[in-house]
Amino acid sequence: MIDVDVEQRFGAFELAVRFAVDAPIVGLFGASGAGKTSVVNAIAGIAKPARGAIVINGTRLFDSAQRIDVPPERRRIGYVFQDALLFPHLDVQSNLLYGQRLCPAADRFIESARIIALLGLHALLERRPATLSGGERQRVAIGRALLAQPRILLMDEPLAALDVPRKREILTYIERLRDELHIPIVYVSHSIEEITRIADTIVVVANGRCTSVGDAQTVANALDASSTDDHYDPVSVIDTRIVAQDMRYRLTTLAFDGGELVVPAVDALPRDRVRARIRARDVSLAIGRPTGISILNVLPGVVTKIRVTGGPAVDVSVAVGNATLTARITQRSFEELGIHDDMYVHALVKAVSLEQQNFA
Amino acid sequence: MPTLTATELQIIALSLRVALVSMLCSLPLAIVVAYALARLDFPGKTLVDAIVHLPLVLPPVVVGFALLVLLGRHGPIGSILEQWFGIVFAFRWTGAALASAIMGFPLMIRAIRLSIAAIDRRLEVAARTLGGSPPWVFVSVTLPLALPGIITGSLLSFARGLGEFGATITFVSNIPGETQTLPLAIYSFTQVPGGDVPALRLSIIAVILSIVALVASEWLTRRFATVHVDDRR
Repeated sequence: MIDVDVEQRFGAFELAVRFAVDAPIVGLFGASGAGKTSVVNAIAGIAKPARGAIVINGTRLFDSAQRIDVPPERRRIGYVFQDALLFPHLDVQSNLLYGQRLCPAADRFIESARIIALLGLHALLERRPATLSGGERQRVAIGRALLAQPRILLMDEPLAALDVPRKREILTYIERLRDELHIPIVYVSHSIEEITRIADTIVVVANGRCTSVGDAQTVANALDASSTDDHYDPVSVIDTRIVAQDMRYRLTTLAFDGGELVVPAVDALPRDRVRARIRARDVSLAIGRPTGISILNVLPGVVTKIRVTGGPAVDVSVAVGNATLTARITQRSFEELGIHDDMYVHALVKAVSLEQQNFA
Repeated sequence: MPTLTATELQIIALSLRVALVSMLCSLPLAIVVAYALARLDFPGKTLVDAIVHLPLVLPPVVVGFALLVLLGRHGPIGSILEQWFGIVFAFRWTGAALASAIMGFPLMIRAIRLSIAAIDRRLEVAARTLGGSPPWVFVSVTLPLALPGIITGSLLSFARGLGEFGATITFVSNIPGETQTLPLAIYSFTQVPGGDVPALRLSIIAVILSIVALVASEWLTRRFATVHVDDRR
């Protein structure tokens, strides 16, 4: 359980964030400068809020009213920084063990051998941080934070400095940690892609305020440009279950309460839960049920929200069962089709537009 | 190979002792002061900075005279030290070491201060989140990262100690076997007829000592100090 209530002023910027969440991975989402880092810094104890309280798993780490302010070295909060911050004078092994050596033996519950195996660090142990690639550094930083035996792990934009293949690799490692170690993770990012892939619960921070808290599917679908960056690209998140694997065409059928999605083969077993993330630009709309087309996914639904972006595109949200699918179409199509609220439409999703990284 | 005379050996031993002791004794204080100047904000910081750097700009003879006035056996500090602690600096080799330490202090401070200021402070923050108390973080992160500056500063102070002349001769005079270090001995030989050859021999020794010190510090830097590579991509 992560219970945060912090208030702080930075010149004209006022931070007042309050939320209480309990999830394996909490996503702290918002645009740059929204106050996300200030929140995690307060949790870690490296920045002191003017007022508020921070309680992690029942332990009160900060409380301005009770004058509690546990110093960072006694909080046992793991912190993975955006640029790793490995100690340049120590090799990887000594970096990894820095925190473990400071933790009393009785409090240790994560062994170094396990972390080294889990994060694939064996070949790096004798190297110096300066000789590591960005992805390797970040893996070592994660291992180092975990070996300090933390109550929770904070990750502040851990992928921001990495290229796309490295991002995917590190995300896979983080999912492995979630599944094997059971340490709650607070994952900070301004990327809706990352957040919706990794987080179970999302906390949205905008202009120093917490604007919404909820499960990933609900929050992601309710997001709009006001709480995110200008170039925000909407993504629909749908929690599904695998119902069929088609070996011949290498396709997987995913079921959710609004229907079924046929997608390129997802590497998982039938009945496994899969979270599909569909970019609005990959979704088209049709008024009648189209025939004689190549698109495999035709999902009937009702228009619930229309958002004019100001550019040439319009984002139309369609309720498909309990799920919401957002389509980004041109202003011209929008007008030619005469789309309006509560209109009955078909959302079309090209199967091949979905790639492996759209599923988690 | 020409052999050294007993007098020359004595001069070398004394010079090394004075330079080494002055360097080692000023090092802890230099680290504390350099850290304070690099990191902390306190009232009178500019004044401390100025006082520390004074020996760099003052004529060495003035520093030596100030030491003589303050720390002489009848000086305000010197008399207290002698009465209460039995410590005497005047006309002793310890006085020569003290004069060297003061003259080398600004050089040592500058090198250490620069290397402390170059450390990414977020590394220390990271160490705190990993469970390191502030003193431990200082020992395990700050000091090792400042090591190149500490080594360079120590060498500069040591070299200053070997070469120190003005403050030493003014404060502790030129007493063979007690305060007569290499530069003082060379000076003495140049003042007597036929002293050119011994002065030249001592000068060559001074050159060799300086080169050895330089090579040793270079080796130490390579061996113990990782270059502080930026940890960002």
